Formats: sequence, structure tokens, C-alpha cells
Amino acid sequence: MPTIRLERLVKRYGAVEVLHGIDLDMAEHEFTVLVGPSGCGKSTTLRMIAGLEDVSDGEVYMDGKPISNLDPKDRDIAMVFQDYALYPHMNVAKNMSFSLRLQKRPQAEINKKVMEVAKMIGLDQFLDRKPGELSGGQRQRVAMGRALCRDASTFLFDEPLSNLDAKLRGQMRAELALMRQNVKKNMIYVTHDQIEAMTLADRIVVMNGGHIQQQGTPAELFKNPVNKFVAGFLGSPPMNFLDAELVDEGGTLMAKGDGFNIALPAELANRAQKLALGTATLGIRPSDLEYSADAPDAASFDLNVVISEYVGAQSVLICSCGDAKITVEIKSETPIALGETLRFAVRPEGLHLFDPKTEMAI
Amino acid sequence: MAQRTSLNRITPYMFVAPAALVMILALFYPISYMIWGSFRDWDPSQSLSETEFVGLANYAKLLVDPAFHASFWVTMIFAFTVVTVEMILGVGLALLLDRNIRGMSVLRTLFILPMMIAPVVVGLVWRYMYHQTYGTFNRFLESIGLEGVNWLGQNPLLSVIMADIWQWTPFIFILSLAALQSLPKSALEAARIDGATGWQQIIYIKLPLMMPVLIVTMLLRLIDAFKVLEVILVLTGGGPGLSTEILALRIARTAREFRELGEAAAMSNYLLMLLMVLTLGMFAFTRWQEARARRLKFAAQEEG
Repeated sequence: MPTIRLERLVKRYGAVEVLHGIDLDMAEHEFTVLVGPSGCGKSTTLRMIAGLEDVSDGEVYMDGKPISNLDPKDRDIAMVFQDYALYPHMNVAKNMSFSLRLQKRPQAEINKKVMEVAKMIGLDQFLDRKPGELSGGQRQRVAMGRALCRDASTFLFDEPLSNLDAKLRGQMRAELALMRQNVKKNMIYVTHDQIEAMTLADRIVVMNGGHIQQQGTPAELFKNPVNKFVAGFLGSPPMNFLDAELVDEGGTLMAKGDGFNIALPAELANRAQKLALGTATLGIRPSDLEYSADAPDAASFDLNVVISEYVGAQSVLICSCGDAKITVEIKSETPIALGETLRFAVRPEGLHLFDPKTEMAI
Repeated sequence: MAQRTSLNRITPYMFVAPAALVMILALFYPISYMIWGSFRDWDPSQSLSETEFVGLANYAKLLVDPAFHASFWVTMIFAFTVVTVEMILGVGLALLLDRNIRGMSVLRTLFILPMMIAPVVVGLVWRYMYHQTYGTFNRFLESIGLEGVNWLGQNPLLSVIMADIWQWTPFIFILSLAALQSLPKSALEAARIDGATGWQQIIYIKLPLMMPVLIVTMLLRLIDAFKVLEVILVLTGGGPGLSTEILALRIARTAREFRELGEAAAMSNYLLMLLMVLTLGMFAFTRWQEARARRLKFAAQEEG
């Protein structure tokens, strides 16, 4: 199983540069998820690894060998497409065995392989159906099955679940996670859905505007985002951002804004003081706020509840804090009423600061 | 109340009525006239009512008429040869030119020019090019040291076939190109990743997916090829002998030169029946395709 390395990968369409020098190392058997908003270059990056797009500059290495001039078929990859890209005129078995038939493998071996994969993905009842006779979820499975039959060392997924409805997507996500444990391959997965990214990835690569913003394990990225974009992109509901002034009050650095005055933990305060910033953007995740009537002033917000969205065990409150809106995630049994002003304590480790100009984390 | 309901029911037919009237006058009247005439011994100097009813005599006569047989076979050979060659060339060109290179759109436009030229003009131009001494082909052959060919004299059928191929390959080309460009891009990308070479993509993916369009195109072209007239009329006039006398030409000559309107009408009806079979075949094919697509969609929805 190879390691894959992207070195200063650039993609230009005419005069427009859409990828600006992507550097990325992917270890053996790693499940890498490229995530970002649409147009961030994640699909282009994947298609360049697949060989479906030309590389304008830089190089793709597989096990140290440059592959950017190889045909897709010589790259030892399999790919699952967003629209499944099944061959409409072939039945499921023919779709899955296409690459094996092209390689002129013996018929017995092909049949065995197809049956094995079909059983694994639960399609053995449907082998003689055409794609048109299958539901969306089944087509998705055929696409996976076709990639599995190919027996390549690297699997590429281009937003494979985005054409499915919400329920089916959750189910397929779980199946993918299971498949990932059973199939030891390199997997590169592109999605714009941060939940898919968080649940599946060994390593998340967050992209925006043709640049890699940050890469690391899901937990690293969630806890220590390097900038405001990553902080806002990962996590649902997204992080709250508030403009704050940094004021020293009797030796404690306070983040002071419209309706709040929060003491910053010592470590964060030190870093902020080194940069000598007068203002900063304060970031707090909705799950780091907690209903607590008797919390001290310097560690809490007084929020007026505007909207409550009940989503089962959790409720999402949208509250006003001065002119700003703050989202809070609480347990549904917490007794709250709309229009009330309530006190929410913030966990000190849940406080993030960002430079208002560069948007980098402090 | 009852009156209004019946009026409502009639309304759509009243809207259709003018169009239906035009259809009856312009289409069904001449056809019925022709069918009726085919059962009569009919000289152009007579009006149809003065003619003698002869039943199926005209049809029976044609069945044993060697000239009609010759014409029929010339038409068959002509139609199937041109359609086969045009399909191969047209689809081949489409496969070659289905790519985004600079200037490709100009090239594509140039390729469909022959189709836009009036058939009579095509006939005249090709007659000049086939001319034994001044013609383009023979001058070219002589300039490379080969002997000239008596195109229209010795190889008349080949010559008219070549002219027709030149004119009608573009028709197949543009339809095939349209079919190619509407193929699902990602399926072709998947085939590239699955390891298909250019040829394998054509044989296993592109051609099978284009097939519905190709079959309809072929039938359309076949129907047209059976009715060809102008180019051959100008190029050879059906000769030498009966070697290029296709059915349309035979019908015209029977009516004008031999003054046998009844027989000409019977001949037209034979051609009409043949074309009807092809046309119905085409309709049956498209309906079958649609029904199949509906059934598949339904089956997929059933399972959710």
C-alpha cells in the first residue's frame, strides 16, 4: 500500500489559478477527508490524483514515484463518483466486473470476486438488474462494489453520499465506516459535509479558496482550529464569533464586549498579550455554554432567548447578546422560556481568540 | 347544463378541425387518389372517372416486370450501401471530432456544409467532377500517372453512391456528435479509471449508449435513401441502361414516358408500403424505448 504525496500542486484553467500549491502527505491505510465549501478546490485535487484533470504545476507521488503523467488506469486507483457513474447499459454484475473483464481475467475468478463483493455490500440479490432498476442507495452500493472489485490500492471518493436523502446518507455513512475497518486501503474522500468528515476521517484536510487551511485528526481540528475559517467550518451548530476588546483589569485580561465581560484563562491571556492586540474576535462553540443561574459574572453571558429549536435530546437556542446573536446547545429538559434572560456559564477551555485582521487563532 | 357539457366536449375537436381539414385535403386526398388510381388502367389524357377498373392487374404486372425488379434491386443496393457507409463514416467522424481543440467548431461547421446544398446542385457539381476529360477525379488520376476512369459510363452505381455518401454523411455525423456529447461524462471517466483504452471506451461504453440515437438516425436515413431522386436524375438520368434507375426515377418515367399512370401509382404504393414498414418499425422502437424507461423508473421508485 503506497503513501501518497502532493507537492506544490497547482491547477490553472486558462489564466485563473484555482489551486495554489497544495502540499499534502497521506500515510499508508489512512482515511483522508478533504473538506471545504463548494469551489474550494477539493474535488479538483481529487481528480488530479485520479488523473482525470491535468496537473498544471507540481507533482503527485505514489510511493515516491511521480504519477502525474500516467493514465488513470495505470495509477492503481478506484473511484466512486458523486452521481455513481454506473454504466447504464450493463447489469450490476457487469458493472462491477468491468475492470476485471478488461484485464481478461478468467471467468471463474471474475464470478468469484463479484459474488464476494456483492455479498459484502448486500447486493447479491440484484446482480442481474440494470442501474435504472435500482434505488439511489442501491446504486450507491454498486458504485462502491465496482471500486472494491477493482482491487486497487487507493480508493477515491468524490462526494459519494451527497445525492442520497438524509436518512440513507446516515446509514451509508455508517456502512462506509464499517467498510473502512474491514478494507485496509488508502482512502481519499471529498465532501462538503463536515459531519461526514468528522465521523470518517483519520485525517481531515480543510480547504478553502484553493489553499489548505489546516490538517490533522478530527479532534485536533475541533479543539485547536488554526484560524477563524476552520473554527467556523467544523462543528454543528457552528462556533459563535463576537467582537471583543481586550482589557487588563487588575492583572486579569478580560474580553469585553456588548453585554459581556469574560476573564480569559492565563495561557490564552499570555498569548494575546504577546501580540499586544487591543481587540480580538472571541469564539465560543454552542456546546461550551451551559445554563447556570449562579455562575460568576466573569465566566458567563446573560442571554435573551429569541428562538428555541427542539431537535430531540438537545435544543438549540438562538439568543441575543447586545446586538450579536449567540447559539447555545443545551439539554432539552432545561427549563427555559422564550423572551427570558438567562445566565450561561462558559467553559474556560472553550474560549478561542482570533486576530481580527489575519483571522488566525491566538 | 347538459348542453354546456356536450359543448365542452366538442370544443377541443373544433380547435383541431382546421388543421384536420388541411391534413385531409393535402395528405389523405392525394394518397387516396393515388391508391384509387393504382386499381385502374389510366392514361394521362383521361380523367380518373373515364378510366377502366382493372383490380390488382397493375400490381400483378409489376410483380413479373423485369424492369421493375431491376429498379427495385438497384434501390435496395443503393439504399443499404449508402446508409451502411454513411453510418460508419458519420459515427467515425463524430468519434474523432468529439474533443475540445481550438478550431473544432469551425471544422464541424465545414463538415455539415454538403447537407445544406440543394441536391440538384450536388448532382451538377458531381457530374462535372466525374467528367471523363475535364473532371476533377480523372485529372487528379492522370496527374499522378494513372489512367482516367469512365465514372458515369462504367461505374454508374458506384458514382451515384459516392455522391450520396458525400452529401449525407454529415447528417449522421451531427446526430452522432450530439448523441456523443450528451453521454454521461462521469461514466466515461469511470471507464478510464476501470482501465478502458480509447478503443474499449468506444466499443463498450460510447457505442452502446449511443445506440438508441443511432438506430433512429439509421431508419430516418434509410427512409430518405429509398426516395432519392434529384442527384441521380442529374448525374445519370437512371442510365446507362437501367443500372441506376432507382424506384423514384422508374415511377416518374412510367408516368411521363410510358403514360401508365395506374402502373406508376401501383409502384408508388409498393414503395409506400416498404417505407411504412420502416417508419412503423422506427415508431415501435422509440415507443419500446420509452416504455422501458418508464418501467425502469417505476420499478426503482417502488423500492425507494
